[in-house]
Parts: sequence; C-alpha cells; structure tokens
Amino acid sequence: MTKVTYVEHDGKEHTIEVAEGLTLMEGAVKNMVPGIDADCGGACACATCMVYVPEEWLAKLPAKEDMEETMLDFCEHSQPNSRLSCQIKATKNLDGIRVTMPESQH
Amino acid sequence: MSEHGVVIIGAGQAAAQAVLSLRTEGYEGPIRMIGDEPQPPYQRPPLSKKFLAGEIGFDRVELKPAEFYASAGCELLLSTRVAAIERPKKLVLTGDGREIAYDKLIIATGSRVREINVPGFDLEGVHYLRSVGDVHDIQSHFKPGAKLVVVGGGYIGLEVAAVAKKNGIEVTVLETADRVMARVVDPIVSTFYERIHRAEGVVIRTGVTVDGFEGEGGRVTRVVSGEGESFPCDFVVVGIGIIPNTELAAAAGITVENGIVVDECGRTSDPDIYAAGDCSNHPNGIYGRRLRLESVHNAIEQGKAVAATLTGKEKPYNQVPWFWSDQYDLKLQIAGLSTGYTQAVVRGDPEHGRSFAVFYLKDGVLVAVDAVNRAPEFMMAKLLIAKHAKLDPTRLADETINMKEVANA
Repeated sequence: MTKVTYVEHDGKEHTIEVAEGLTLMEGAVKNMVPGIDADCGGACACATCMVYVPEEWLAKLPAKEDMEETMLDFCEHSQPNSRLSCQIKATKNLDGIRVTMPESQH
Repeated sequence: MSEHGVVIIGAGQAAAQAVLSLRTEGYEGPIRMIGDEPQPPYQRPPLSKKFLAGEIGFDRVELKPAEFYASAGCELLLSTRVAAIERPKKLVLTGDGREIAYDKLIIATGSRVREINVPGFDLEGVHYLRSVGDVHDIQSHFKPGAKLVVVGGGYIGLEVAAVAKKNGIEVTVLETADRVMARVVDPIVSTFYERIHRAEGVVIRTGVTVDGFEGEGGRVTRVVSGEGESFPCDFVVVGIGIIPNTELAAAAGITVENGIVVDECGRTSDPDIYAAGDCSNHPNGIYGRRLRLESVHNAIEQGKAVAATLTGKEKPYNQVPWFWSDQYDLKLQIAGLSTGYTQAVVRGDPEHGRSFAVFYLKDGVLVAVDAVNRAPEFMMAKLLIAKHAKLDPTRLADETINMKEVANA
C-alpha cells in the first residue's frame, strides 16, 4: 500500500492507502475523493485528473510521456508541476506523497 | 422529498455519477439504483480495448468498489429488469413483481446493441460487444490462428479487430459502406485507418453487405455476403451501432423523440422524472440544436446536471461533445460534431505518418476535429469550438504555427 494525501483546492485533506499498481487517479476516484473527474477512466484522453505535485516528489515520478505532456500543456489550470494522476502508478517510493487538486478540471 | 427518495433506473456511467453527485451536492435521502446486469456500474469504453485485451481486470473497469454504494447509502438492485413506470402512483414495477416507490426518478437506461436480422443470427459464435459478459464470451475464442469476421467497420468493430489481431487471430472486417467509420469521420480519416489495419494484417472489405451466417452443428463457420462471397470464420463479432433504451419512458407517456427529451438540466416532460446519458436527447447551445449522444462524457455531465437540479441548484449542461478510440498505438480523440461541415483541413501527413489532425469547418467556423496522436490539436480545438472560432484554413494546416497561435489572425 502507498499512502497518498490528496489535498482539495480549499485545503481539505484525504489520506488514502492506495494499492500498489493502481494509479493515483484510481486511488482518488475509488475512494470518493472529490476534485479528480477522470472522465475517460485513465486512457490519457481527457486531462480531467490533473494534480499539482510538490517539488520534493516531482523527481521521484516517472517522466511524462508525450501524450501527457501535450495534454497538460493545453489544460487551463496547468502549472509546471502539473501531472495527470492517471499516469502515475502507486509504488513504494511514492509512500507519503501529497498532491493538490486544481479548482476545476474543466 | 424524503420518504421514498430518488430511484435510478439503470446502472451505468450516468447512474453512478448521479449517485456520487447527489451526495456531493448534499442530498441526504434514500437512493435506489436498479440495473439489469449482475455487476455494479462499470466503464464500457475499456471493454473493446484494454479489458478485451486482458490487460486489465474487472477491478480496473468497475467505477467504484461494490462497498461504495452501501457507504453512500445507495441500495443496489442488480440483475433486476424494470417492467414499467407507473407515473400516477409514482411507482417503478420490476420484472419480478416488486413495486418501488419514488419521489424523484432518474431514467439512465443507456442503450443496447442494434441486432443483425439475417438468417443464422442465432448460431453459436455470433457475438455482440456491450457488456462484461459479452467480452468473456468473445475472449473464449481467442486462440492464435482462429478466424474472426467482424461485421461493421465502426469504432467497436475496429477496436475489436485491433485487439484480436494482436492476439494472433486472423481478422476480416466487413463494412457495408464504401469506407470504415463512414458515419462519423471524413474520408481522409477512413482511408488512414484502412491503411493502418491493412498494414497490421487485418483484411478490410468495404461495400460488403452481410446476407447471413451459416454453420455446422449449430456453430457459425462462415459469413455469406449479398454479393455472393463466403467468409470462413470460427467466430463473429457484430458492431453495427446501438439503440437508445427509451421504451419504458415512451410507454409511460414521457416525451420521446430520438431519445427521452430533456432540457439542459435533465428534466423530462414529467416534473418528477429526469433522464441522463445515452437514452436522452438534450439541447446543446453550442450547436444550437438537440443532440442524442453515445459517450461517457455525455453520461457523466448529464448525471451531474440532474443531481444538481434535484438538490435545487441549476448547473445546465452545455459542452463540446468529445469521444476517443484506441486502436494499436493510435489514440483518436474527437471533439465536436462534424455534421454539415463544408471544409476539411488536414494538419500532418495521414498518407504516410501515424499522427495528424483533420479540422472540420462550417463556413469557416470550427465545428469538430479528429486528432490521431495529436493532443494539442484536440485540446485547442475543444476550446475553439466552444467559442465558435472562425479560423484561417492555411494557418490550421501550417505545422510551423503552434496550436496556441493558430487562432491569432
């Protein structure tokens, strides 16, 4: 299990134990954490599962693939530390990670 | 509204979203969801993609874990068909004779496959793909060297063809029209997908009508065309479209016209009854006309809109529709509806490459895009379509101009 803390835009926190191999998007959606829509269910097709990742965790994430990179580049609330949570799998070295959700995914 | 609460007929994506949104919008009354399949709500798009390929299991396809519904105070009545809606008494009658009272009713009955009405339709080995059970049936034929005939060259047919081919199956796709995906994309995109599938070794035959299935010992062994050809097969997958499930609503006297007619908040002609998803027909302000859409995005957004309305808020649904399809390494993302376009503008090289976009303009205004492995084109077009942007075709086609700059004349 990987402990993931999801922080809503208003600061409300949800700490979830996400099974290894599931994505951070799935961890949120399956546990009723609001703020991640994930319309396409994880196909990297919709960019409605964006999260902001603090700098100390960014380096531990696998690099973005082209699709994720370009989708993020065109998201309204995108920042340099944005990632699509459907592309991040829960692993041991992410235990304790905190991610913040944007005000809106649209 | 509190005694009987909300009853939802249907247990698909719109229904699941309605439950979630009702609770996040603050609704505290009872919720009952009635579905005719044995599983709690799950995603259908992966069924013809990663789930069919065996890359993900049901745990990655279900929308919420089964425990979610109990914790959200939603009673699930699964494997249960609804026989009728009795509006004067505000009752839902189930096929097994139960009466379920509602204060507010949401019809989210989705759609079902269009069946092929030719001799041999009931032979063993002739399949459709709509449910988890269908996928398991199809997968039971996945043995290297097996022969599959796909009837229908639309999204489902071509996605199944791609997955089957990757599993070592010999695939032939039969399409009645003169090109694949003829109903939804420009010939440029059809030609591209025909090239890709042929390069992968799939046989694509267009202009072929299916006259019947023939078999031995009750099992299908060939597909016979109206043109007199015979296509040997071990199994068949038919993907020729879906039909909205509107019969319950129509029988109850609710207005149905190519889908259950709703407003932008999901209200039907009965003030206590709402509809969402594939079965509904809603007004879209961006296109200035009514739409009946078959997509996850539409189901989710209508589910949200209905939940908001039921909790006394108005969150009208008025968005650019979008869709996607995964075949091989290609992600097709479609934004908007190209109906009535007057010009198709190509960006990239669909004749030789594996990444390009086709923009659809109607009198110069962008109405849709088909983007193959082109996320920037898809994302930017979605924004521009909502703004009714009038675009210069030369700039759209010019790859030296960044998509972010393309609208700046």
